[in-house]
Amino acid sequence: MFADLPLLSIVVWLPILGGIAVLLAGDKGDANGVRVLSLVVSIATFVLSLGLYSGFDSSTSAMQFVEQHAWIPAFDINYHFGVDGFSMPLIILTTFTTILVVLAGWEVIKKKPSQYFAAFLIMEGLMVAVFAALDAIFFYVFWEAMLVPMFILIGVWGGERRVYATIKFFIYTFIGSVFMLVALIYMYYKGGSFAILDLHMMKLTLDEQILIFLAFLMAFAVKVPMWPVHTWLPDAHVEAPTGGSVILAAIMLKIGGYGFIRFSMPITPDASHSLDWLIILMSLVAVVYIGFVALVQRDMKKLVAYSSIAHMGFVTLGLFVVFQIWENPANASGGGAALAVEGAMIQMISHGFISGAMFLMIGVLYDRMHTREINAYGGVVHTMPIFAAFAVFFSMANAGLPGTSGFVGEFMVIIASFQANFWYAFLGALTLILGAAYTLWMVKRVFYGEIANEGVRALKDINSREFAIMSILALAVLILGLWPAPVVDVMHATVENFLQHIAVSKL
Amino acid sequence: MTLESLNIAIALPEIFLLVMACLILVVDVYLPAEKRNLTYVLTQFSLIVALALLLSNQTDTRILAFNDLFVQDAMADVLKLFIVIISFGVFVYSREYLQARNIFKGEFYVLGLFSIVGMMLMVSANNLLMLYLGLELLSLCLYALVAFNRDNGNASEAAMKYFVLGAIASGMLLYGMSILYGLSGSLMLSEIAQAVTKAEGAQNIGMIFALVFIVVALAFKLGAVPFHMWMPDVYHGSPTAVTALIGTAPKLAGFAMIMRLLVEALGGLQADWQQMIIVLTVLSLAVGNIIAIAQSNIKRMLAYSTISHVGFILLGILAGTAEGYSSAMFYTISYAMMSLGGFGVIMLMARQGFEADNISDLKGLNQRSPWFAFIMMILMLSMAGVPPTVGFWAKLAVLTAVVDVDLVWMAVIAVFFSIIGIFYYLRIIKVMYFDDAVDTQPLECGRDMQIALSTNGLAILALGLYPAALMSLCVSVFS
Repeated sequence: MFADLPLLSIVVWLPILGGIAVLLAGDKGDANGVRVLSLVVSIATFVLSLGLYSGFDSSTSAMQFVEQHAWIPAFDINYHFGVDGFSMPLIILTTFTTILVVLAGWEVIKKKPSQYFAAFLIMEGLMVAVFAALDAIFFYVFWEAMLVPMFILIGVWGGERRVYATIKFFIYTFIGSVFMLVALIYMYYKGGSFAILDLHMMKLTLDEQILIFLAFLMAFAVKVPMWPVHTWLPDAHVEAPTGGSVILAAIMLKIGGYGFIRFSMPITPDASHSLDWLIILMSLVAVVYIGFVALVQRDMKKLVAYSSIAHMGFVTLGLFVVFQIWENPANASGGGAALAVEGAMIQMISHGFISGAMFLMIGVLYDRMHTREINAYGGVVHTMPIFAAFAVFFSMANAGLPGTSGFVGEFMVIIASFQANFWYAFLGALTLILGAAYTLWMVKRVFYGEIANEGVRALKDINSREFAIMSILALAVLILGLWPAPVVDVMHATVENFLQHIAVSKL
Repeated sequence: MTLESLNIAIALPEIFLLVMACLILVVDVYLPAEKRNLTYVLTQFSLIVALALLLSNQTDTRILAFNDLFVQDAMADVLKLFIVIISFGVFVYSREYLQARNIFKGEFYVLGLFSIVGMMLMVSANNLLMLYLGLELLSLCLYALVAFNRDNGNASEAAMKYFVLGAIASGMLLYGMSILYGLSGSLMLSEIAQAVTKAEGAQNIGMIFALVFIVVALAFKLGAVPFHMWMPDVYHGSPTAVTALIGTAPKLAGFAMIMRLLVEALGGLQADWQQMIIVLTVLSLAVGNIIAIAQSNIKRMLAYSTISHVGFILLGILAGTAEGYSSAMFYTISYAMMSLGGFGVIMLMARQGFEADNISDLKGLNQRSPWFAFIMMILMLSMAGVPPTVGFWAKLAVLTAVVDVDLVWMAVIAVFFSIIGIFYYLRIIKVMYFDDAVDTQPLECGRDMQIALSTNGLAILALGLYPAALMSLCVSVFS
């Protein structure tokens, strides 16, 4: 039934136009109208984006739902959308998360609610467009444009040091991406096309590839974020309003991982191969060192932010370990590569749910107590039993408990790493210990023990709105953890094709 | 010589504006102060008619007139069109500003119109003398306008600086031109171009000698580092209405002057001027972007930002290809529109006895007027080169042009400095959105200004979403 509709365009532009409508509605009247309108738009977008799933043909790796129109003929830049098994699940994750974010800001946001909700809706459209764009410049436009609403969100509705955090966020990301722009222009000059699929096929020498790879790395490593360019993330997370943190962790970080899949690896396979040690090293540092850093945090949001960096280390590890899997003489069949990439994808989606849930949880506490210090809590389980149950569940998922989605991706990546090198797997598996340590220790200090102070004693348990958000997320985490097959199936053909492509040298 | 050989029709817009300027000069003398609005209306009316004349007489060939002193080609058509439109905008924005300061006088409009005629003559010059006369007509009007608010010390100081440095630059230009004349025996651009390609040995060195003076003069007029010293002071000292006049349309004329002199006349020396311009470009990008960070006055900040944008324009020109020229033209046009909007917002915020030219005066603009804060945000993002605004496409076009001639390192330098540059544009957004308003007086301005400023801002956004039309217009000029 969706066959004739330009579904991707609708999913991109509906929230953007909805956001403009919300902006125009303004803050003159009751904020309820603005909220309801935002919720309706975000739900409608989500429902429409499900059409991408139902209409998706998982037997092919070709781009689907393709729309292509000339946009700027002078540079041969096209309005070019399309999805494959990598981008489709991420688009649905985006539309799904936006609903939760709108709900999470419901009565919490008192200051200029129309601008707040509009920023999220516009950002939703821009992020979907980033995942769906098949023209490099078209991609770049949305990639940069989505920084603006986030910049405003952190800066206006953020905490104490919001200005510092948001400018740091913007400049870090901007620095990374402009070098990517130069690399794209260079390839246009060489090959005469900005179409991503043409760039995949383009011949490049190893020197060119290495420079292009490094330019991409600057853009995507900042976004993921990888150690050592991760320092903007804890600041941005701590200062951002709850909704901003959720979007940042659940979607924006994924765009970095997606960039590696869509740009770095297929366009510069030889450079990826010869520099894979660098990425693996950076990923393992993120997993181990950042895990330890998370352990000593006193601020809950900072803790979850560092845990995000550690978890995203698995994504980059899973992607770049494939070259070593192929090279390992003990693994002649070369099996496990698909497992690694699929593990990385599952990890991205699962981290979208879990980190979103963790930040929402902290938001629930923050809305009541206006502090994120772990020390300020204690014994919350006595006053908020339902909430505590959810919190323990999500924390377990964050620690990678089997049965939750957090386990699946990490497990797949660890298993695949064994095919490459025992020590990769060993170091990677440390996260299961570290993750459990920092998450559960936080849970212990915040939720258990005696009631710490009068503030905690006066806490009221979550209301039905918060309950709804939490249970939807809990369901998502459980389903993906117990039955990840539907997600793996839609990406399988794409992953196989991706691996075939990067296995072939461009030299 | 017959009237037909003069081919007077192609200069009709200029002639019309000149006549109207003289007419307004006379009419204004007999107007009592309270009827001064008539001068304004007449000025805008003449610009609209000039625009109509320009539109009705577009060409894609080269037509010469006035014994080949004057040329009409596609580049001239496009640039004049934007000069007139942008000047129209400047006059709309400045009306209330001038009224509030008691300098709503006929001279502003008369001098403004004369400077527009000067710009149009520069754009259409086919002869060194014509170019020089156009430039002086423009500059002299601007010198007088800077000092227009004569009781203001800053303005007088700025005017003095502007005049002295401008006169030096003109001297340089004349000196270079006279050497060129001596070597080629002609003032005609096309004949000079022929002489340049034929020049050998000592004669060639003489040509390069002349080129140095011409490049210096151009750098002075455009404000490229190290010849930029006058810009911050002049931008700061002038009444904002005059700053807007200086900071927008004359950049288009300056671009035309570079094209006429360096490309049409001295195209044979491209390898030589390319190197000089590389130095100017790198310095302008570096100094403009870095020093802008330290400014607390928004007009000074915009002056330094202009310097860095001039670096980008020169970047397109130094590529020395048709793509380079068209991208530089695209950049210049978009820049003129952005800076028009920027000065528009400053004038919007200003009121009687209050200039609103400090960055801190923008505090909390989002609380006072979300709509104009949004417009200013678009303008700042566009200047910073963030998509989806036209500034991004301008930068993209210029960068593509330099990468095309294998100057990837120049592109890397340019993006490096634009990263530094983004900080001070973000700071404006920060001040507007994140800080609380100190000044809570409501913004008051006429419907005309509101509409013009909104159109201005939305045009930047619309051109960012669909840049193809303007881009192909610029490309077609040089193909």
